[in-house]
Amino acid sequence: MSNTKYILGSFADPDDLMHGIDKLQANNISIYDCYTPMPIHGIEAKLGVKPSRLPIAAFCFGALGTTLGFSLLYYTMAYDWPMNIGGKPSLPLPNFVPVTFEVTILLCALGMVATFFYRNHLFPGRAPRVMDLRATDDRFIIAIDAKENTDHALVDSLLKEAGAVEVKYNERKYVSYE
Amino acid sequence: MGTHNHHHDYNFSEQYTFAGTAKIVSLVAIVLGVAAVGYGLYTGDTMRTFANLLLMGYYFACVCAAGAFFIALQMVTQSGWSAGLIRIPQAMASVLPIASVILLIIAAGGIYTHTLYHHWTDPTLFDPEHANYDKLVAGKAAFLNIPGFFIRQILFMGCYSIFAFVLAKLSYKEDLAGGLGSYKQSFKLSAIFLVIFGFTTPIWSFDTIMSLEAHWFSTMFGWYNFAAMWVSGISVIVVILILLKKAGYMAWVNENHLHDLGKLMFGFSIFWTYVWFAQFMLIWYSNIPEETVYFYKRWEPEYKPWFWLSIVINFLAPLLLLVDRDAKRKQNMMLFVAILLLCGHWLDYYIMIMPGTVETDRGFGLLEIGTAIGFAGLFTFLVMNKISKHALAPKHHPFLDESLNHQI
Repeated sequence: MSNTKYILGSFADPDDLMHGIDKLQANNISIYDCYTPMPIHGIEAKLGVKPSRLPIAAFCFGALGTTLGFSLLYYTMAYDWPMNIGGKPSLPLPNFVPVTFEVTILLCALGMVATFFYRNHLFPGRAPRVMDLRATDDRFIIAIDAKENTDHALVDSLLKEAGAVEVKYNERKYVSYE
Repeated sequence: MGTHNHHHDYNFSEQYTFAGTAKIVSLVAIVLGVAAVGYGLYTGDTMRTFANLLLMGYYFACVCAAGAFFIALQMVTQSGWSAGLIRIPQAMASVLPIASVILLIIAAGGIYTHTLYHHWTDPTLFDPEHANYDKLVAGKAAFLNIPGFFIRQILFMGCYSIFAFVLAKLSYKEDLAGGLGSYKQSFKLSAIFLVIFGFTTPIWSFDTIMSLEAHWFSTMFGWYNFAAMWVSGISVIVVILILLKKAGYMAWVNENHLHDLGKLMFGFSIFWTYVWFAQFMLIWYSNIPEETVYFYKRWEPEYKPWFWLSIVINFLAPLLLLVDRDAKRKQNMMLFVAILLLCGHWLDYYIMIMPGTVETDRGFGLLEIGTAIGFAGLFTFLVMNKISKHALAPKHHPFLDESLNHQI
């Protein structure tokens, strides 16, 4: 038994990568993930990637922003020290709309960015986890879990048939720490 | 290296046949409209009739102008996604010259019968010796006078019409000649058109609608009207597109294109609310009588429920119904929301026009519904007739392939 953890098929062209996914799937080989330097239309549907849950986080942070913004206004303008401004009621709802709206947008945006960073382990000082360094440059990578798919020769030949310029056998998952 | 293998078996030369039920219904609607207007004039409700004619005439011209704006915007932003459905706004734009003439006739008729624009067209208002002398209106006379009004109307709508007509014509020419000539020419014309359109549409709406209540003014009014125009224009494109698809045409337009139109409908409904609220809140907050008079009239018992209903239909409904991604990709949902928004913006124009014309003698009945049906029929007849004259896809459009492979 080899120590190979992941087999990486490295393609120079996105169409070849899409072709490679088809070939692997036709042979019942499960794909761990794909890494590409740019978005490729239709790849999510092909790989069966679930829609991102980021909109749910966005909604929650937005709702939090609405609540906080409105509470701040209510506490300062209507509860703690009600003021008569231009003869308006001390709870002038139309006036509260812009500030509540802005705080909603602010928390929604910041919350989404924070969630995205948290989920992708992108913190200051953290080396990004990359399975193949050229996936951020000019190569399109298909990663296959070598423990799940034991017929390595078949994987190798399928990737090369599809047009992989290089097939790598990595003994560690991420190569970007050194 | 891989090759792009995109096979499409679409017939881009397919043409819509405007006949049968669609044609009969639109012609019957026109007859109903004429009957409603005739009934209104016969019963002596001249002001209410002209207010309704202005409402629908302006709505009609705005939707056609939005078609012209749509094609120009797609050209200038070099957008590819819309190439497959561009024939619909092109047909709307081609009808703009007729819509402009109709609006001009309505405005002239309204001034002649003293039913529209009577707050500033009466010459005694400008005579300091006369009992009717109105200092505020007299101060606006340099802008708000009858020759000036017509010069601006003819200049603006004439200019939009020429650009709309030429932009559509260039695309039809491209079908026969091919090449990039039409595209490059359209790009230049579109850029010029957008600058002219952007600066003049606010003034156009000041003249046509805001001057009905000549004492009142709002600098937001132009953008508020532009937002209404744009949302209703997109909604009309959506309705025509879905009905054509349901009839078996335009197989190359799919849920991705619908999704983009849905985003525009959703986003610009929010934009409409933003502008509406910006106008409302500043006036409410500063509480200056000459400004609040506008909302005071609209908060009288006969208008208040309609005033709030307009916000529910034009803001809350699209917000809640279209916020979900899947909703924007479903034909029936999009058709429902588009028709709802078209009704909503009729109501929006109703709230803008009626308190300044018929004031407290508000009505909602045969006259309102009949006029709206008549103009809808006229629009359907003219636009569908135009659509049937040309292929449903611009087959030599440089971005047509991008539109076919559009995915979001």
